[in-house]
Amino acid sequence: MFRWIVWRDLILAWRRRTDVLATLFFFVIVVSLYPLGIGPEVQLLRRIAPGVVWVAALLASMLSLGRLFGNDYQDGSLEQILLTPQPVYLLVVGKVLAHWIVSEIPLVVIAPVVGLQFGLSGNTLALIVVSLLLGTPVLSMIGSIGAALTLGLRSANVLVALLVLPLYVPVLIFGAGAIEASIGGLDAKPYLLLQAATLVLSIVFAPWATSAALRISVE
Amino acid sequence: MSKRTINWYKYAAPANFYPLAGKMIPWFATASALIFVVGLYVSFFVAPTDYQQHEAYRIIFIHVPAAWMGMFLYVLLAIYAGIGWAFNARLSSMMATAIAPTGAIFTLISLVTGSLWGRPAWGVWWVWDARLTSTLILMFLYIGFISLQSSIDDARRADRAGAVLALVGVINVPIIYFSVQWWNSLHQGATITAKSFKMAPSMLAAMLILLAACWIYSIAVVLVRVRCIIREREHEAPWLAEAEA
Repeated sequence: MFRWIVWRDLILAWRRRTDVLATLFFFVIVVSLYPLGIGPEVQLLRRIAPGVVWVAALLASMLSLGRLFGNDYQDGSLEQILLTPQPVYLLVVGKVLAHWIVSEIPLVVIAPVVGLQFGLSGNTLALIVVSLLLGTPVLSMIGSIGAALTLGLRSANVLVALLVLPLYVPVLIFGAGAIEASIGGLDAKPYLLLQAATLVLSIVFAPWATSAALRISVE
Repeated sequence: MSKRTINWYKYAAPANFYPLAGKMIPWFATASALIFVVGLYVSFFVAPTDYQQHEAYRIIFIHVPAAWMGMFLYVLLAIYAGIGWAFNARLSSMMATAIAPTGAIFTLISLVTGSLWGRPAWGVWWVWDARLTSTLILMFLYIGFISLQSSIDDARRADRAGAVLALVGVINVPIIYFSVQWWNSLHQGATITAKSFKMAPSMLAAMLILLAACWIYSIAVVLVRVRCIIREREHEAPWLAEAEA
């Protein structure tokens, strides 16, 4: 059942590729806006790069959350999925995994290219990839709680932002801290370990909250 | 039913709680006003001048009670919302909805007074250290809770969704509390612990008196608000028509 739901979501996302690509281009555009707004001085860009990359990843991730449960909710299949005898916890993990593969992995792949715009070196670019790989699943997991709580509401997009961004702050702090440590030549391992810890915590606890929120929203 | 058994759940019904709250409000309101007057007198005229910060330190007597109330009210909100969700108790969820604006206001007061104090004491209006950042996140959590509940039309769904959000966010409160121990911070460490207190007794007295005043004020205000919420939600109930008549 778990594999089925991951595969189903991947196929559905493949049929609507433009949604996915739109999120990716949003990320690229947002990151590109900062040098245009602040000026091309390389030293300054290097200092703001960690924060900019991570904030853009946060915003792009938030934009894609409506797609996580929204389409299934609207055509009624979410209700049917909740009625299966399998634990909703596993189904949520499956959907979030598919969402992560489809929405966040493109960000992780394109991030080093975007990092070049900020004048970052090879080591740091590799670290950006690792940091985003560790952090983006957390974004999807925590975002799924917000997506489940705001299913079908009027101003769902803005409300999801309001609910989920405060919970994203630790991820932002650790992720940007890791990249900043690398730029400064320090060891980024403490930050990466903290990111891994938040990853493990969110994988264990977030689907529980999400499945409770789904039951509340679908009734 | 024996006359000696107590019905512990009597006041879990809105119909019974509504008149009880109505009777409690005047007592708590006047007590709060009196204790505020006493507390302000002690904080301005009895507590001595600080030898480093002179008179500017007196803002602590509002800042600390407001910060404590903001954190405490969030935990209380989470507990009420959790109980309302777990036991399907409407009145418990209504209490959570009633607490939220008061908690948000106290958190806002603590942020603003902290900022006003930071300017003369540290030279800056704001720093991004752990305690201030996590208090700001507490403010966002309150606002998120209030907006989530107000954007859902069905009352019971709003109660339960708010409960999930409140319980997810409650982890932030211990982070605020322990942040000054866990991280190097510009914000001062804990002055009042269970074992000792490092400030003059009259200062401590002023702070505790104003804390009591804020607490009793919160009780009064939350009771008023929960009565309004009961009236909104139970507007079709016959008992309400009789109570109003």
